[in-house]
Amino acid sequence: MSTPDAVIRAVDLTKTYRMGEVDVHALNGASLEIYRGEVVAITGPSGSGKSTLMNILGCLDRPTSGEYYLDGELVSSLNDDQLAAVRNRKVGFVFQSFNLLSRTTALANVELPLRYAGITKGRTDRARQALVAVGLANRIHHRPTELSGGQQQRVAIARALVNDPAMLLADEPTGNLDSHSGKEIMELILTLNKERGTTVVIVTHDPAIAAQTQRIIRIMDGKVAEPEVTR
Amino acid sequence: MNFTQAIQEALESLSANKLRSGLTMLGIIIGVAAVIAMLAVGAGAQNTITGSISGIGSNLLFVFSGNFQAEVRNEKPLTLDDAAALGDPFQAPSVAAVAPVVQGNVEVSFAGETANTNIFGVTPDYQIVRNYKLTEGVFISEDDLLARASVALLGPDLADKLFGRRDGIVGETIRVEGQPFRVIGLLESKGGSTFGSQDDVLLAPMTTTTARLVRRTRERVDVIYVQALNADLVSQASEEVAEVLRQRHRTQLGEDDFTVFSQQDFVATAQTITNVLTIFLGGIAAISLLVGGIGIMNIMLVSVTERTREIGLRKAIGARRRDILIQFLTESSLLSLFGGLIGIGLGYLIAFIVGRVAAASGTPFVPQVSLDAILLATLFSTAVGLFFGLYPANRAAGLEPVEALRYE
Repeated sequence: MSTPDAVIRAVDLTKTYRMGEVDVHALNGASLEIYRGEVVAITGPSGSGKSTLMNILGCLDRPTSGEYYLDGELVSSLNDDQLAAVRNRKVGFVFQSFNLLSRTTALANVELPLRYAGITKGRTDRARQALVAVGLANRIHHRPTELSGGQQQRVAIARALVNDPAMLLADEPTGNLDSHSGKEIMELILTLNKERGTTVVIVTHDPAIAAQTQRIIRIMDGKVAEPEVTR
Repeated sequence: MNFTQAIQEALESLSANKLRSGLTMLGIIIGVAAVIAMLAVGAGAQNTITGSISGIGSNLLFVFSGNFQAEVRNEKPLTLDDAAALGDPFQAPSVAAVAPVVQGNVEVSFAGETANTNIFGVTPDYQIVRNYKLTEGVFISEDDLLARASVALLGPDLADKLFGRRDGIVGETIRVEGQPFRVIGLLESKGGSTFGSQDDVLLAPMTTTTARLVRRTRERVDVIYVQALNADLVSQASEEVAEVLRQRHRTQLGEDDFTVFSQQDFVATAQTITNVLTIFLGGIAAISLLVGGIGIMNIMLVSVTERTREIGLRKAIGARRRDILIQFLTESSLLSLFGGLIGIGLGYLIAFIVGRVAAASGTPFVPQVSLDAILLATLFSTAVGLFFGLYPANRAAGLEPVEALRYE
């Protein structure tokens, strides 16, 4: 059984890719727990299995073996459409390259997860509130091309939060930003964590970013390296 | 995602790339316009032909010698006596009038103008069965027939060719195969028909024609026109005509050596021909619609590749396979639906122009855009969009989110 306050409980995750004739073990028995309200950094060198772990934690991919409970629900064996529903309700993604739809306004971008959730009532209001929460009250009807990088990432954070997910999963959220807006985005993420209690998982290889979190999980050769650094 | 949202999003993404959407639609537009125009022209042609057949006269039967369906040995030709027997009300009570005709091709000249035309050697009843009206002069009389008079009536087209006018011609003398004939009348225009212009004709007394212009042995005639008393008696008249001729030709046993056609038979035949023509033209047009559909598939494939990251993102934030499938199918079917609607308008315009051109060149011809054709084109073009959108949409829906997000 999963502990009640563990948002993420991963047990002995493995992931094996087949490249030609060789099996590549991207994950090799990774186990970890992340608790509600925590801000955790996942770090590790390239090729450590960090991205693979992130994809599995974000329900974009399934482990080859092992069990993964997200918000108390066993998700490692769900099918594609069930995974899509879990991503929609429980995971808020923030990507390095923002990944906004450039044709539509900030508001429409933030509404998108609500659309896929099948919510019609109060959709616009919820999206507007999310944009206000990230400090973009006066940029609601702008298109991504009319916004700065930092503002675009704020839209992406609003989109991630609009469905009240169990976890915010950020992949190098400041990687495409200058140091000033990068700092602002980190401050925003930490503030949202404090005010809303949102669990935050940041995947990064930037030590300065990792240093701002409460706990750092290091991935090495497809496993969680011991000991964990806890503050 | 509900339906209106899907349409709204599809419209947004189509209008984001207006030139491309327009060019893609062009394929469908041309295809649908071609189908609509071809069907309209076909329907118009059918109406014109049917109209010109009924313009020949009313409640008519045509009797030809020979059997068109079977081989008959020693067939007897139709003669003036046959025609006289058909006109006997005791033998054929449903028959109103009978007009035997010999026909041929002659050279006609007047004051240096020469024309080749069809000559019909006719009797006075010919005017009744063919329902001819005269713009001036009189028709051929019994006296002309008995006297083998050298008189003739001209169709309006022939008058145009020889005289360059359509009045004041009565009394002029024309030469038919070098022999002088006096013009006694001018026929009113009947318009074109399947069997060539009905206005480029020369009518002369049958006796004169067979004696001097078109050689026919033993009172042979080429066709006998028979008019039934009324529309209800056409088939009965046809039976009576056949019975009389079987007796006269002694062919009660075995195959008939003559053929009786009614106007309805001609109409049916003409309709079969124009239907085949319409299907043929429409089929060719449908091929261009198919090509348009392939254009849609091509563009949708490009679009899926271009938007791989977008698809990945949508999947990451919760789009199911079905959502992506619907999104791309909506786009492709909207493309083809709009293309179809514009194509219907364009096809209508083309049909209208064809009608105008035909009218300007002297053939009254009204293309008909039927509701059937519009419904067919709309349904078919949307189906084309759905069908050819299916493969690209399926490909988009099947993308792995991890792979798609990483796509550059």
